Amino acid sequence: MPTTYLEAIREGLWEEMERDPNVFLLGEDIGVYGGAFKVTAGFIEHFGERRVVDTPISEGAIVGAAIGASFLGLRPVAEMQFADFISCGFDQIVNFAAKCRYRWGAAVPMVIRAPSGGGIHGGPFHSQNPEMWFVRVPGLKVVAPATAYDAKGLIKSAVRDNDPVLFFEHKGLYRRIREELPGEEYTVPIGKAKVVREGRDLTIVAYGAMVWTALEAAEKLAEEGVQAEVVDLRTLLPLDRETVIESVRKTSKVLLVHEDTRTGGMAGELAASITESVFEYLDGPVVRVTAPDTPVPYSPPLEEAFLPNVEKVLEKARWLRRY
Amino acid sequence: MSAAPVSTLPSTSASGEPAELAHKCLYYMTLMREVEDRIERKLYRQGKIVGGVYVGRGQEAIPVGTALLAEPDDVLLPSHRDMAVMFIRGMPLGRVFAQYMGRADGPTRGREGNMHMGDLKLNLVSIISALAATVPVAAGVALAMRYLGKPGVAFSYFGDGATSRGDWHEGVNFATVQKLPVLFICNNNQYAYSTPLSAQMACANVADRGPAYSMPAEIVDGNDVLAVHAATRRALEQVRAGGGPYLLECKTFRMTGHSAHDAAHYVPKELFEEWERMDPIARLRSKMLANGWADEAGLERVRAGILREIDEAVEWADRSPYPDPATLLDDVYEQS
Repeated sequence: MPTTYLEAIREGLWEEMERDPNVFLLGEDIGVYGGAFKVTAGFIEHFGERRVVDTPISEGAIVGAAIGASFLGLRPVAEMQFADFISCGFDQIVNFAAKCRYRWGAAVPMVIRAPSGGGIHGGPFHSQNPEMWFVRVPGLKVVAPATAYDAKGLIKSAVRDNDPVLFFEHKGLYRRIREELPGEEYTVPIGKAKVVREGRDLTIVAYGAMVWTALEAAEKLAEEGVQAEVVDLRTLLPLDRETVIESVRKTSKVLLVHEDTRTGGMAGELAASITESVFEYLDGPVVRVTAPDTPVPYSPPLEEAFLPNVEKVLEKARWLRRY
Repeated sequence: MSAAPVSTLPSTSASGEPAELAHKCLYYMTLMREVEDRIERKLYRQGKIVGGVYVGRGQEAIPVGTALLAEPDDVLLPSHRDMAVMFIRGMPLGRVFAQYMGRADGPTRGREGNMHMGDLKLNLVSIISALAATVPVAAGVALAMRYLGKPGVAFSYFGDGATSRGDWHEGVNFATVQKLPVLFICNNNQYAYSTPLSAQMACANVADRGPAYSMPAEIVDGNDVLAVHAATRRALEQVRAGGGPYLLECKTFRMTGHSAHDAAHYVPKELFEEWERMDPIARLRSKMLANGWADEAGLERVRAGILREIDEAVEWADRSPYPDPATLLDDVYEQS
């Protein structure tokens, strides 16, 4: 039976809680209700209230309490109901959790799960991609899986990691993506990108839901005789520049795609890294396909205009191919 | 070698428990006063400390009266005017000076200055500059204690100004909803930087915030160390018995500016004069002499011992190297 992206996260959490009694969950409506997206449905019945803590609507307290609990050797997994609300716990994440090890040698083995992304008509406060607020914070790790396989393997690695990990799960993928997962246990390493489609003509780099957009575009391009290579970043911090650069060395043309807004986005950072490292390999400009610099709008035609999609990727890819 | 925990705590004459406690309190309050004087009035002015300096002069009774009741399993989260907590938990003097002087042997190895230090081996959690950020963290520490079946209490220290922040309210709310073993300790020194209490909150006392959270709250004279100690004992009995959080508001006064660079012209002179007469160290000394718990010569010997200890610790810290710039990138993450 194929497993959805959502079930993969759920299985990963479940297995880690079975494996390690110090792993526990906290967040809003995650216990009795099973979470806004039902990722933790059935957990409180199996693991009990001690290990599945329903909290007040209080992101500062959720993150702060997770930090404090981690000081005593626990491995808290905190859920932000929507990634958009993570800003309410911002100070705890960027000033407290991220800097503890560097400042005074205290490990903060904590995971924050944050359902992010648009395409569900959630409007400005239920659709954002806030990953880059955190990618600029040394001390944090930021993960954004695209596949069910990676979602499960990465949540397990995140729980076992001894540094604070932000786990951005794209809610548009929750029930859209289904894969056969291995029966035996596995993990996926944090900090490693993956070439998910090989090609020699141009590289498309993406993460999260945009990986699927990139793959679909690559299929279309193949019909036009263009072999696109697709790199799934999987982890945004620490960033695996090597895999991207290696691919660009091979294809000499690169398209950077993300659902996040443009200015200060991951594409800008990658563009700088690429031109610094392999400028002489490039046969064309480094091109970005991203959301524009606006809040995420609600109404379907506006949201569609906002989000990158296969057509927008194809248009830029064809242009770059011809360059 | 001043990297060892403080060790010159005098063995007191056998005048019974109150006398012994008084000697202990006086020792730690004097130690804190003299260490901070050395930091603010010597090392900072000599340029040996290059960053900000925030002292707790006049507030020593609060960290001392509370932390002396901490058990080994308790976790303490001191704020920036609670230095004595560090010493009572066994942080060596030399390391504290090394911290202020930006040296490799400070507890943060030069990554941080002033009271921004901690050591989980001593069950001490470091504050960050955003005040009240440790309040929800204290709740998490207490949650973990209960989770692990450990007997400890989290000691959460903060000033009056910190109670204006959302973190304070979120942390207190979470701790009270969960009935966690947290002792909330407010050093109400009546000023948050230049802002007086009346511009900080509409209620008269920080303790007035307690009932909103169904939390017992008590006001104590924060310049009377034995009163702080007695109130802490009462509070801890309830917290340790599973009664949930308890708020102790210690009324005191900040006898300095916010930091070493702030002359505090905005504080009326009369207030300083009024509170100078209530200095917690002078008060305890008088009481000890009046009760026959000590004599002048004995107390002077203790103070002289503290000054020697400080001299040695400063020398030790001054010999400690500056951190090697090659370590700049270390420990952002766990080293693989």
